[in-house]
Amino acid sequence: MTQQYPAELPNKGPRPKEELEELERIWATPKGFKLLTVVNNTVVGTIYIGAAFLFFVLAGILALLMRTQLAVADNNFLSQDLYNQIFTVHGTTMMFLFAVPIVEALGVMLLPQMLAARDLPFPRLSAFAMWAYIIGGLVFFSTIFYDMAPKGGWFMYPPLTLTEYSPGNNADFWLLGIGFIEISAIAGAIEIIVGVLRTRPPGMTLAKMPVFAWAMLIFAAMIVFAFPAVILATMLLELERSFGWPFFTAALGGDALLWQHLFWFFGHPEVYIIFLPAAGLVSMMVPTMAQTPLIGYRLIVVALIATGFFSFGLWVHHMFTTGIPGLSLAFFSAASMAVAIPSGIQVFSWIATIAAGKRPFRINVPSLFILGFLFIFVLGGLTGVMVAVVPFDFQAHDTYFIVAHLHYVLVGGMVFPLFATFYYWAPMVSRKMLSERLGRWAFWLMFIGFNTAFFPMHITGLAGMPRRVWTYSGYLGWDLLNSISTAGAFIMATGVLVFIIDLIRNFRLGGGGPENPWNAGTLEFLPTDVYSTRSVPHVTSREPLWDQPDLAQQVREGLHYLPNAPTGRRETIITSVIEAKPQYLMQMAGSSWTHVAAAVFTAGCFLLLTIKAVAIALISGVLAIVSFIVWGWQLDRPDQGEVDIGSGIRLPTYMAGPSSHSWWAMVIVMLVAASLFISYIFSYLYLWIVSPEVWAPAGSPALPPLTYPVNSAILMVFGSVLVYWAGKRLPAAGRLDLPLPLLTPAMLILAAAFLAGSVGVEVLGHLRMGLDPSANSYSAMVYMGSFLTGQAAFATIILCAFACGRLVSKRLDQKRSVTFDNAALLYWYTAGQGLCGLVLIHGFPRVIG
Amino acid sequence: MSKGRLRTTVSAGLLVLLAGCNQEQSTFAPTGAEAERINVLFWVMTIAGGLILVGVIVLSAVAIRGREALRAPLSGERFIRGAGIAFPAVVLSMLLVYGFVILGAGASAPPSDNGIRFAIRGEQWWWRVTYFDADGNSFESANELHVPVGQPVRLELTTADVIHSFWAPRLAGKLDMIPGRTNILTLTATEEGVSRGQCAEYCGGAHAFMSFHVVAHTSEDFEEWMAKESGPAVKNENERAERGGELFLDAGCGGCHTIRGTAATGAIGPDLTHVGGRRSLAAATLPNSAGAFADWISNNQHIKPENKMPPYNIFTQSQLEDLALYLESLK
Repeated sequence: MTQQYPAELPNKGPRPKEELEELERIWATPKGFKLLTVVNNTVVGTIYIGAAFLFFVLAGILALLMRTQLAVADNNFLSQDLYNQIFTVHGTTMMFLFAVPIVEALGVMLLPQMLAARDLPFPRLSAFAMWAYIIGGLVFFSTIFYDMAPKGGWFMYPPLTLTEYSPGNNADFWLLGIGFIEISAIAGAIEIIVGVLRTRPPGMTLAKMPVFAWAMLIFAAMIVFAFPAVILATMLLELERSFGWPFFTAALGGDALLWQHLFWFFGHPEVYIIFLPAAGLVSMMVPTMAQTPLIGYRLIVVALIATGFFSFGLWVHHMFTTGIPGLSLAFFSAASMAVAIPSGIQVFSWIATIAAGKRPFRINVPSLFILGFLFIFVLGGLTGVMVAVVPFDFQAHDTYFIVAHLHYVLVGGMVFPLFATFYYWAPMVSRKMLSERLGRWAFWLMFIGFNTAFFPMHITGLAGMPRRVWTYSGYLGWDLLNSISTAGAFIMATGVLVFIIDLIRNFRLGGGGPENPWNAGTLEFLPTDVYSTRSVPHVTSREPLWDQPDLAQQVREGLHYLPNAPTGRRETIITSVIEAKPQYLMQMAGSSWTHVAAAVFTAGCFLLLTIKAVAIALISGVLAIVSFIVWGWQLDRPDQGEVDIGSGIRLPTYMAGPSSHSWWAMVIVMLVAASLFISYIFSYLYLWIVSPEVWAPAGSPALPPLTYPVNSAILMVFGSVLVYWAGKRLPAAGRLDLPLPLLTPAMLILAAAFLAGSVGVEVLGHLRMGLDPSANSYSAMVYMGSFLTGQAAFATIILCAFACGRLVSKRLDQKRSVTFDNAALLYWYTAGQGLCGLVLIHGFPRVIG
Repeated sequence: MSKGRLRTTVSAGLLVLLAGCNQEQSTFAPTGAEAERINVLFWVMTIAGGLILVGVIVLSAVAIRGREALRAPLSGERFIRGAGIAFPAVVLSMLLVYGFVILGAGASAPPSDNGIRFAIRGEQWWWRVTYFDADGNSFESANELHVPVGQPVRLELTTADVIHSFWAPRLAGKLDMIPGRTNILTLTATEEGVSRGQCAEYCGGAHAFMSFHVVAHTSEDFEEWMAKESGPAVKNENERAERGGELFLDAGCGGCHTIRGTAATGAIGPDLTHVGGRRSLAAATLPNSAGAFADWISNNQHIKPENKMPPYNIFTQSQLEDLALYLESLK
């Protein structure tokens, strides 16, 4: 067969055979037990999705146990204590171990294919997040078998969760579970933001990006700003449980509502963190099923951004019945209704796309799940508007009406699109497609079962049944409605079982399935192998596969960018943020044990702390840090010179400074830390408003003399200047011929010491004045400020030491400066945070006093 | 169909589903001014929401299988702007205003003018109810709230331990009880009679067994009840009940419970001065009967796991019966 090779394509064919062999060798998936070291996104994504799905099934089984208990009145199938543990673990697992991780997993799985990147920019980070999550999640879940599971509800409101009312380690296991999802969620967010903004194919401007990539970008940004609030809340709760720092105890100036504010400031965006990616997936599938581009692409992107933005202004609608003032009620009620509009835009865009599509609209398993989603989600959205109306919420809040509402929104908004996703994208990783026949059975069982289970709950709730009751009296007459719900739950579970049977029969991992079976327009349906696409296409539209009919063939033959591996290792093209112009070739990390060890020891450290085995926990923590250091040491490979990727484009193979992917990741880490610190400032001021009487100078020991904060500030400023000078004194590439070569590392070490000293001086000042952290909420908040800055300082000191090591081993110079840049950025950030903290702690009481 | 008839029809449909449902704790059967307003709000929103849902289903059906002429107007951005932006913006604005009107109506109710104050304190897992009369005298009761019909009453809600939420669905919406705060709930009974309420905020262990009754009296009956309830326990002539009374004191029950007019002055558990006159035992967990008292004393950890009263298995069967008779006689 003869083949035309159009001259305007980036590379000429036919390509030499060795290129493909080299790609296959470089990107090969490790075999046998070494599979644990894998970082390839399709494999990591599959394991990640599998683990999250396992937690969905496990938490679903808990739901069936609860439904069995509630099927009839005065039932004794489960005991009160076990029921309380089960509903806590069900909610926690579904939210933290299923919903968020599976969305991240889908990001890991789908984004590189949609962007035709070889992999996400930090492959080991994804794998680390996955292992930490799997280990932590399994341990958390298994507590239900040992009567050690938390029983404070997934929202863990103090004072119920304080040691006084929840002795034992049960509540600490919740804090552990959430600790893991915090780590893996933030790791995933960094990965996804940098991935979406920097690893798009040439030509894919922001305006040509698939909607799912937009949704994931907003999802990740929301994690960056929402998760720190709950991270702070969990830290405060654990400090109060372990050391008696009274953040939440009213008698000592704390406030139980502080937890609710922090928790829901995270918790409400969390709902959209789960929903937005699912909506993004629907926006990908609907155009394929209609065989026409999405109507209202720009409106949908605006709607996604608006949802992300609004979702931070809604948290108080979970607190309408706490007795907060009317003005707040009005504001949050209005905001809660306003968020319905972006959802409306998306719903009607999908309907418009279906209406505009080719005839007939294809009805198959993915589109059935999407239509089921539309119905359920619209109903859930309407009840959402109802509960946004404050007086109605006074009745509905904490009843089965809310149970119905939230399952309509979450199962409708997320689980149904997820099953559509499974059927739609399975051929991307599986040799066989899933069964259309079994899929229809699964859909109808799930759809009918879901509505049978949850629709009656609207009525049950308004008939007076509160949430989280393990049984109810027969004479209230709630039996019939509850029996119907239980029957529905089992019908739905049968649907999930049919899906699992379908998976077992038809899902076979490994590429080479039917190529683009739905005739989709986006890049993930290009032919792929372990190295992703053979070459990276130049993108000129939103649906390249529809607009460039020969694209698949050209890409497979290596006629587009980077058909080979010019550096002889894993690499991907980094492009500019808005226009997606190729900037450099990133050298990527491959398979490794280091991130696996880091995950195991991090998990070990947290777990052992939970069961109060402090000594071994510390050893495990040190081993985790060592693993991180070894992992980091293998990165930042030297420049390999310029390489040609096609069309005469020559790209550098090393980049430092603001164009580097690493710089972007560091900036996101700083944003996370800053969000955490802002949550802290909010908490400090909030507790002052609630309990000004415990604040210095009147209610607590006086502040230390100004010499303490001034000295502390001077140390941080000097340290920052030292770091700046050290940056000016980096050696030229590969040489240590500066005068006084060891002066630069010495400056870094001195700067690190200054930082430690600065935190020490601040703490010492308060100790000298006799301030006891467990005395009241003010004193606890004062030390909390140093705790947070100390944490950032600890990370900074390790990075400084790491940079010193790189300097003396000639792995860090003026050009190859990424490790130094990272240490310096974090140093300046920490110093800035520390200075803000000093102003707050030493300035605020003086101003108000 | 008139709005009233429509409502009746929908209500009738709902009643089929609620068949067998006792309406004692149901928001669908309001006996208070606040709950009545919210019930109307519910029906307005449900009917409007139902119409919107049907509308979306019809539009989807047209988009999927409709004729070209019907689909054409749906397939552009104008449709999205109209149905997805303009329409919800108008509907939601109207709803917002309506919601505030109802919220305002609830908040503006003036406090009762008879000088009586009601303080309710949530405790794991029961309700301490304290009445203050116009002269500042107070007395305590538990797990039952008595109110006069037709007068707005202000309930001062506090907690002794964790967060609880006071919810009497037939009278008004719920309000949380939060440590360090006093929340004020205003409600107005519109009919005489007994209804039931329950803690709505998960408060640990026996949260499911933290219920109460609300008894609404006419003003005269309420005053009569206040007069009787504020007095000391009634003396009982029955010999067995007298023995039970002695047993109550000898066994140390007075360490936790108060029976006014006797030596029992404990403040940890519920006041039992008129416990025999209440509608239930153990926060609406058991009916009020001599048998239930006996059962509770010896077997309470099985009936209401984790409650703070230890089970007392020290009594003989006949002693237990005496004690139960005594408590039951405290009308």
